[in-house]
Amino acid sequence: MPQWIDACSIDDIDAEDVIRFDHGDSTYIIVRDDKDNYYCTDGMCTHEAVHLSDGLVVEATIECPKHSSVFDCATGEVETPPACANLCTYPTKIVGDRVLVEV
Amino acid sequence: MTFRDYNLTGPANAQAIASGLVTEDWYRTPIDRKVMKDLMKRSDHPATRDTIVLFGLMAAFASAAVMIMPSWWSVPFWMAYGVLYGSAMDARWHECGHGTAFKTRWKNTVVYHIACFCMIRDPYCWKYSHARHHSDTVIVGRDPEVAIMRPVVILKMVLNLVGVLDFIDGMKRMVIHATGRMLDDEQDYVEPVFYSKTYRTSRIWLAIYACTGVAAIALQSWVPVLLIGLPRLYGCWHMMLVGWLQHGGLADNVLDHRMNCRTVYMNPISRFIYWDMNYHIEHHMFPLVPYYRLRDLHEVCKPDFPAPNRSIFAAYREMMPALWAQRMNPDFYLRRPLPKTAQPYHAGPYLDA
Repeated sequence: MPQWIDACSIDDIDAEDVIRFDHGDSTYIIVRDDKDNYYCTDGMCTHEAVHLSDGLVVEATIECPKHSSVFDCATGEVETPPACANLCTYPTKIVGDRVLVEV
Repeated sequence: MTFRDYNLTGPANAQAIASGLVTEDWYRTPIDRKVMKDLMKRSDHPATRDTIVLFGLMAAFASAAVMIMPSWWSVPFWMAYGVLYGSAMDARWHECGHGTAFKTRWKNTVVYHIACFCMIRDPYCWKYSHARHHSDTVIVGRDPEVAIMRPVVILKMVLNLVGVLDFIDGMKRMVIHATGRMLDDEQDYVEPVFYSKTYRTSRIWLAIYACTGVAAIALQSWVPVLLIGLPRLYGCWHMMLVGWLQHGGLADNVLDHRMNCRTVYMNPISRFIYWDMNYHIEHHMFPLVPYYRLRDLHEVCKPDFPAPNRSIFAAYREMMPALWAQRMNPDFYLRRPLPKTAQPYHAGPYLDA
């Protein structure tokens, strides 16, 4: 049953950057784009099991650090291969100075 | 001594998986996130400048060569044009394939497709081939881009120096793709959703080559094929000479790029042609860093890396005896010392660190 989890502080992530967030047995990423929007997606690239938290955030996209697959952080859609499967995304909201994700 | 079967469809593939070599657990030098973010930042400027220079030089050399023909004085100009077509384009294929050359994505795509045509490499097959090379660098049975297989066959190296084997392989694959088929090894690493694009690309390319051939016959001139196609043969020598240094004589079946990659200091002309891929350990460990930041990344990583070779000549002086030793003992590899500041080698399941 999904629940809202306090993932991090808004200041834990720089603008156009990403951090890793682990909860239970799963790993996620929290992305802050260039307009201070926050997103939560699965933490591993769908092409191969590479942690996206080492990747590059450009505007609201995340690029895999290994093979440069690019995903839209808002929708999880693949923009550039070699990945073919989209990332799962999770609802995200800001409460005070905390980032909450529903996982 | 271990016999090596590099065939991706042979038993070595499954053996590599079973022995834990197909993994994300590769060694990475710890670098502060803020530093890494800065190094990964892209700009259009360096690649735009370099691409204008590259195409400008190609146009200038080709124009001069055509005007001077049929005099033999045209040969140096053809050679210069050829090295840009057959070697510099390999570097552009590589960097734009990674998507790191330009900040603007469509620019990477355009230059990538032009470079793929010059190198006779299907854009989709080679994107996945190169992704596999980065995932499983010099893992026997997994890496489709092992340039020097053990034991080394000198004749093969000589033929590759003038592009013969790669040209034949590229043309063969293009013709097979044009008939609507993929080769067995490609089916191991290319996503099926891209097969139709591969077929379409190959048919377009075959049409271009056919027109080039027809033009040469109609004009009774070598010029069309000297401009398109043949430079892949007579111009690839620089690519091969610097490319062999990337992994030649070093370890295989390890999980540390400091053991299976080589960084070599090179002259500015080679670095322009090669687009800074001489910083090869750095590139494999951090593929998102664009070519124009690799020198900076090298400075950050120096305390953790083996010393780079000081020149192409010095690198060959190190590599050639190792390749010769591997003819007698395929398990031999160069194990270079690390500085005192470095973390120990992280070889993985086969070799002690």
